[in-house]
Amino acid sequence: MNNRRLALWSAYLVVGAGALVMLAPFYVMFVFATHSRTEIFSLPPPLFFGDDFLANLKILTERLPFWRNLGWSLYVALASTVLTLLFCALGGYAFALFDFRFKNALFALVMATMLLPSFMNMIPTFMTMDVLGWIDQPRALYIPGAASAFGIFLMRQFVTASIPRDLVEAARMDGCSELGIWWHIVLPLLKPALGTLGLITFIASWNNFIGPLVVLRSPDMYTLPLALRSLQSPVNTEWGALMAGSAIATLPLVLLFIAASRQLISGLTAGAVK
Amino acid sequence: MKLPAALRLSPALAPYVFISPFLLLFAVFGVFPLCFSLYLAFQSWEPTSGLEAMQYVGLDNFAFALQDPWFWKSLGNTAWLAAASGVPQHLVAIPLAVFIHNRFHRLRNGVVGAWFMPYITSTVAIAILFSSLFSTDFGLVNQALQALGRLPLLGWLVPAEPIDWLNDPDRIKPAIAIIVFWRYVGFNLVLYLAALQTIPQDLYEAATMDGASRLQQFLFITLPSLKPMVFFGVTLSVIGGLQLFEEPFILTGGRGGSDQAGMTTAIYLYRMAFDFNDFGAASAMSWLLFVVVALLTWLTNKAFADRARR
Repeated sequence: MNNRRLALWSAYLVVGAGALVMLAPFYVMFVFATHSRTEIFSLPPPLFFGDDFLANLKILTERLPFWRNLGWSLYVALASTVLTLLFCALGGYAFALFDFRFKNALFALVMATMLLPSFMNMIPTFMTMDVLGWIDQPRALYIPGAASAFGIFLMRQFVTASIPRDLVEAARMDGCSELGIWWHIVLPLLKPALGTLGLITFIASWNNFIGPLVVLRSPDMYTLPLALRSLQSPVNTEWGALMAGSAIATLPLVLLFIAASRQLISGLTAGAVK
Repeated sequence: MKLPAALRLSPALAPYVFISPFLLLFAVFGVFPLCFSLYLAFQSWEPTSGLEAMQYVGLDNFAFALQDPWFWKSLGNTAWLAAASGVPQHLVAIPLAVFIHNRFHRLRNGVVGAWFMPYITSTVAIAILFSSLFSTDFGLVNQALQALGRLPLLGWLVPAEPIDWLNDPDRIKPAIAIIVFWRYVGFNLVLYLAALQTIPQDLYEAATMDGASRLQQFLFITLPSLKPMVFFGVTLSVIGGLQLFEEPFILTGGRGGSDQAGMTTAIYLYRMAFDFNDFGAASAMSWLLFVVVALLTWLTNKAFADRARR
């Protein structure tokens, strides 16, 4: 009995320590953000917050158009969230509660692209944007982003599960227009799913690296991940500044996650559980 | 507010109007690029010479890719990284999920959240942080290892010299695999937790009544019930692992590392297009890699189906 108790407690200990190890890099990032380069690489390394955050921020803004980059990240993330919610809420509703020609074939096609590796689109997307003249334009990021197969899947799933056909039918009988039904009846009921999809879209856009890497060329147009990467060099990398920038890029995500972790976790694994 | 009858959508027309914004974007930015990339794989083209300079070259690009030692090397790297980061994810996530499912109640959300958090953060920020942690002289990882080496019993486990994680061709892959493992293990944990909730409790009660030990219950009830999710999780790991790009790209400064030891196929085809300006060969490589992904997904599927029949 005593042995089993010991085994149980060591298992608790391992799981708890593991959780701390998972969180440790975040802690280290925020600590390093408040230290200068020489302090970060001293012996022993700093393990508690220092007072160089503002100095790091100063280096960051001297080396990069940092606030512009931050602004672009925010702008692209918000624009793609709004567009994705709009288009996917419309499309998902149509896929869930209407019958139309080629519906099943179309839906299967959309789902098939969800499994397609992202590198497949890298080169042709660059060429498409080149032809459209969208290189270095934020719209090259948020407009294609709105064609989200995952968003269509999530919305269709949610409409099917939570909006009865009879309700829509009754509204139609009462003379409500089709757009009116969507706006007054479907959208309010979709709110939880819209919240989830909105969070996921925002985070994905905020973190997106390959997309901007392919279509953005000038540092003035960079989003945060590209800007931070451009600060990395084989010699004389300003690690303190780089950590401050990384921490600023990470902090909103950590806060979002703390505020809505259950919603995010269930949304991100929705495809698997359903 | 009522619209005039002529402007109102009829129910027959409505679905087409509703899906058309999505469908338009999906066609232009989802389907078209894919078809175009297939077309491009059979062309010789340099972006600087304009679209007219494209020339049909048959299977030349594919032949070039298949004879290119760097392409094979990148495939080997990708496979190594996918296996070394993917397999441990599941070996850790399954027992962890079972333990958390059975033993955690009040702290459950916090613990799961901690394990899951790496999944939502910026890969670039994280890769930048890790490239400082893995640096040779004063990186936190090496300092921790050195401290471990000074302990009396564990000393022999640790090499005396600091490890050059990011420049030694033999070390860069483990460094990348550790980051990828860290990032995705929590995602798999959540998948398995969701699957565990669907196993009916009376199965365990009946087994306990029949005198089955906990280990037997795990082996004969839990594992078989988890199988569909293992299949799904492994499939996602295969698809995700084979398109690994961001972590090694940042850690190797976008070039693939010394001796190309950290160059995955996705990085190589990016470089083929944007550093070496050969869009045709890069497209051919992307389709070859796609075939590998499809083949491995199919094999996973078959492996799991076969065991079900037995």
